[in-house]
Amino acid sequence: MAAAAMRSDVHAQTETAPAAVNPVTAPSLAKVSLKVNGKACDLELDTRTTLLDALREHLHLTGSKKGCDQGQCGACTVMVNGRRINSCLTLAVMQQGSEVTTIEGLGTPENMHPMQEAFVKCDGYQCGYCTSGQICSAVAVLGEIKEGIPSHVTEDLMKPPSWDSSEIRERMSGNLCRCGAYSNIMEAITQVAGGRA
Amino acid sequence: MKPFTYERAESPAAAAGAAMRHPGAKFVAGGTNLLDLMKLEIEEPMHLIDVNGLQLDKIEPTPEGGLRIGALVRNTDLAADERVRRDYGVLSRALVAGASGQLRNMATTAGNLLQRTRCPYFYDTNQPCNKRLPGSGCSAVDGASRQLAIIGVSEACIATHPSDMAVALRVLDASVETILPDGTTRTIPIADFHRLPGDTPHLETVLQPGELITAVTLPKPLGGTHIYHKVRDRASYAFALVSIAAVIQRDGSGRVAVGGVAHKPWRVEAAEAELPRGAKAVTERLLADAKPTKDNAFKVKLVERVLGAVLAEAKGA
Amino acid sequence: MKFETPATTNPIDQLKVVGQPLDRVDGPLKTTGKAPYAYEQHEAAPNPAYGYVVGAAIGKGRISSMDLGQAKAAPGVLAIITAENAGKLDKGDHNTAKLLGGPEIQHYHQAIAVVVAETFEQARSAAQLVRVKYEAAKGSFDLASVKDSGKKPKEGFGGPPETAVGDFDKAFAAAPVQLDATYTTPDQSHAMIEPHATIAAWEGDKLTIWTSNQMVGWGVGDMAKTLGIQKENVRLISPFIGGGFGGKLFLRADALLAALGARAVKRPVKIALQRALMINNTTHRPATIQRIRLGATKDGQLSAIAHESWSGDLPGGEPETAVSQTRLLYAGANRLTAMRLAELDLPEGNAMRAPGEAPGMMALEIAVDEMAEKLGMDPVEFRILNDTQVDPEKPERPFSQRRLIECLRTGAEKFGWDKRNAKPGQTREGRWLMGMGVAAALRNNLVMKSAARVKLDKSGHITVETDMTDIGTGSYTVIAQTAAETLGVSLDKVTVRLGDSTFPVSCGSGGQWGGNSSSSGVYAACMKLRAAITLKTGLSATEAIFADGKVSAGGRSVSLAEAAGDKGLEVEDTMEYGDLDKKFQQSTFGAHYVEVAVDSFTGETRVRRMLAVCAAGRILNPKTARSQVIGAMTMGVGAALMEELKVDKKRGFFVNHDLASYEVPVHADIPHQEVIFLDETDPISSPLKAKGVGELGICGVGAAVANAIYNATGVRVRDYPITLDKLIDQLPAVA
Repeated sequence: MAAAAMRSDVHAQTETAPAAVNPVTAPSLAKVSLKVNGKACDLELDTRTTLLDALREHLHLTGSKKGCDQGQCGACTVMVNGRRINSCLTLAVMQQGSEVTTIEGLGTPENMHPMQEAFVKCDGYQCGYCTSGQICSAVAVLGEIKEGIPSHVTEDLMKPPSWDSSEIRERMSGNLCRCGAYSNIMEAITQVAGGRA
Repeated sequence: MKPFTYERAESPAAAAGAAMRHPGAKFVAGGTNLLDLMKLEIEEPMHLIDVNGLQLDKIEPTPEGGLRIGALVRNTDLAADERVRRDYGVLSRALVAGASGQLRNMATTAGNLLQRTRCPYFYDTNQPCNKRLPGSGCSAVDGASRQLAIIGVSEACIATHPSDMAVALRVLDASVETILPDGTTRTIPIADFHRLPGDTPHLETVLQPGELITAVTLPKPLGGTHIYHKVRDRASYAFALVSIAAVIQRDGSGRVAVGGVAHKPWRVEAAEAELPRGAKAVTERLLADAKPTKDNAFKVKLVERVLGAVLAEAKGA
Repeated sequence: MKFETPATTNPIDQLKVVGQPLDRVDGPLKTTGKAPYAYEQHEAAPNPAYGYVVGAAIGKGRISSMDLGQAKAAPGVLAIITAENAGKLDKGDHNTAKLLGGPEIQHYHQAIAVVVAETFEQARSAAQLVRVKYEAAKGSFDLASVKDSGKKPKEGFGGPPETAVGDFDKAFAAAPVQLDATYTTPDQSHAMIEPHATIAAWEGDKLTIWTSNQMVGWGVGDMAKTLGIQKENVRLISPFIGGGFGGKLFLRADALLAALGARAVKRPVKIALQRALMINNTTHRPATIQRIRLGATKDGQLSAIAHESWSGDLPGGEPETAVSQTRLLYAGANRLTAMRLAELDLPEGNAMRAPGEAPGMMALEIAVDEMAEKLGMDPVEFRILNDTQVDPEKPERPFSQRRLIECLRTGAEKFGWDKRNAKPGQTREGRWLMGMGVAAALRNNLVMKSAARVKLDKSGHITVETDMTDIGTGSYTVIAQTAAETLGVSLDKVTVRLGDSTFPVSCGSGGQWGGNSSSSGVYAACMKLRAAITLKTGLSATEAIFADGKVSAGGRSVSLAEAAGDKGLEVEDTMEYGDLDKKFQQSTFGAHYVEVAVDSFTGETRVRRMLAVCAAGRILNPKTARSQVIGAMTMGVGAALMEELKVDKKRGFFVNHDLASYEVPVHADIPHQEVIFLDETDPISSPLKAKGVGELGICGVGAAVANAIYNATGVRVRDYPITLDKLIDQLPAVA
């Protein structure tokens, strides 16, 4: 019985796929200009291209990672106009004129950002795949605390959020690390925050 | 993702007009849910109208003493607004209980209201789902339903609404302002904005095709203690199993809305009269017609206990 | 080099570089986004086409028809490969189900087609136009209901399917204190952040794949076998791997389909498995049902120990070897272990971090906690009382090192175990119920053959090449440390190149053998290079001292640069092992201490403190080793509190196939974690006197959390994960 029901269900799904829409519509192209890590970039892209794929596949800036392509892991975190976002959930064309900062824009192996140095020193990574997102997020988190943006663990909404570890942990929770480097990432961020707070 | 043409709208009227010219068009603002669904071809707009340039990103006082929140105000900015933190703490708390910092930087007030369910069968296009494909059946009723609804459900659908913000707006009696494709505007009380699934779970709100949200207004502040209590398996970055938005006054009276249990934020005004009698009494009224599955029956008890926590916190405040 | 007798003093013992908590050598690349992963080879494989995988929509059955017409006609589409047009394909030795299914469907989301197009957007869109009709067949999807049909599996990686010593039944019946309890662990997903991803390119009949794979040698072999080509014609490159945990041990669909796609379109093809496909398309840790019976004397001496485990897999698959640790962990004269394997039509089960021990310890170490309570004993003391220094099934076989007692005692002291109230449900902190839990940890130490090539150039620079992989474990770093120590140079004089099948075949990354075994292979090659250097310089091999970039003997010093000469020196060697692992039981040990807070209203559990004490031989790099342990502890918290692949028993698939619904721990779930390594060397393991540590860290963590929850609440949950719905009915009443 279950098998029969299953079969008809699957048929229903595949056969009633929207017939009204011509499935072979040609892609729509659009021009977009971005400023990526301070450099002007002019692209002509399929409108479906996400900012993440524009960075990785068109500009060959592969530091920003695709982990889920669904906004569920944080590996694609970049800063757009100074704010961190999931670059997999925005279209490149929606970012016309935006200033994008990726991990490559924070520092290089020869000239690292303090947060990058702290991650190395504290071993705040293992496989390295979530790392770019963690670091971009970490840099942004310190800015968000400074700006007074509250978080889920902020005790008093009318007082500036504190710099303690529970605040940072909560704010970093949109960046999964399956290797489980969390405790070390906290060390790294706390070190950098200590220097700035 | 199906190919689509793209335009940036310059004004709400222009956006509404564009929607009229392009049947099947979608508005995009934050994009955090829409793009995800477009990748899976659960949403298949042929034309995308980018409304990010509409200047609807202000939070302004209303003549009635409330606040008018532009549709495009980002979740981060709404949560951080001093007036919201001071007078509508439950809203600020609900916002920061949801999603992640990155997503809150993208997500807008209007988009948050229009989030679609996180029912796993809705997301899996191989599976029957009346919400995604009307008439195909509901896989969740006899499937994995731990996260899903316990009240206001139908045989066609047991999905929940995933928003935290909407639960707070419901307790605050917010209103949704819109513009229709013909240029007329209307105001919809939040209580009427989301629908129960019934036989048409694919219709989630009362918005008409091409209708654009321009603002959400909050009535004048209620005072009292504002609490948003969200329960989930992991400590952050997860949808609610159950959440409660509450505004409790010194005399023990107040308002309560529940998230994670229904197709819309769940509030039963009559149940609020029971608040002085405690969590059990309120829950009995609030969830009187609950029809949970075996997987999610625990939510009934959980609502009562979370409400207990909320009332204890209010008492201590 | 063959390692047949216990190690004596050797160059590694200098510990100038090895044993130091050095930063990872690949750190600057990884933290600046410059480390290239499989999908990121724009220079090596320019102008690629993009593949998008179509997964089967049913759990079991057949494809009755497939219509590719619309998909083929879609813009940008270059080719669509299905089982029908792929040509003859074999199945890899390490695969249970076919990587390209059809017409028979063996499991949900089994790949049935790949659409190759000019762009990613076009491939993704066209994949939705592949029209498939199925005939679903009735499958078996519920372990509990088919458990009793389970058969005795054949002997595999986890040892024999059954063992017995003494007379368990009699001893158990006679035991004054008994425990008989059943525990369950759910299916779990590796959920590594980098998806399975590959770029494939053909040059004539030679295939190169850049892929994310832990075991380069296995990948080459299975690709060649599946395609029916010579192994020599497959080159596999895997320099950086974005997490594996056992999920990337094998050739998977991304690699095979990229190879087939590239062959069809005659240009490079890149494929990353979409996240929603990963969980059902690839492998997972199988669920278990475990029955444990313990019998003890009134004073706490275990007299009878039985552990039986049931798991399921596709026909031809293997069991989850959840009883292995029970064969070794505690003394007891009468013992019995058994595994049964039932056939399930769910996706393929296979290894995930500490296969066997991870779920096995989750059950055993609750049982031990329960028994200690029945006896009225402290659970730390109960474990210590039942310690054994020999393999309890083969008493003539001692452990090479076993310092479990010291781990437990050290941990108890550092953690403040004496503050724990043995009576559960007594400690409150506001609305939180507080509790502490402990568990022992055991994970076997495996040693594997591993080869390396070492080159010395005219500037005195050393280059090490081996097909070993670094999956976040720190291979690049510990290998560089090993070479620097052995050859007497500083770390910056060593370059390590990994993950290329043109390099000598290593042990690969798995089973926590990678660090010790691959470094031992490098040690062997470096010792051979030392011999070549002394031979060339005419220095006495027995007296030669390698230090500061020079080799010195008999009052003469020659710089390595000089020794290398214009042509340089190059050697290759393999470390192989004798029978020391037969004569001695080699295991690693630890103790996990956890403090939890359980919300008395909601039953939400949050971990407050964690400590692991590990005895795992020489720690090659305390910084990277510590990271391995905290990472494993984090995964253990996930297993205890949230991770569960939800089975749709009607439709036959894992429902929560994304990272929002398969919850893994986030930052907010994990407190500061403490790790203590006992100062230990194990000369019986390898010349490095090291062992593995990356899997030890997860063994027992789940049970320590479970025991802490019990201590906090008085509620004993035997079914993982311990989510609030399993506690809520038994929590104190709310006012």
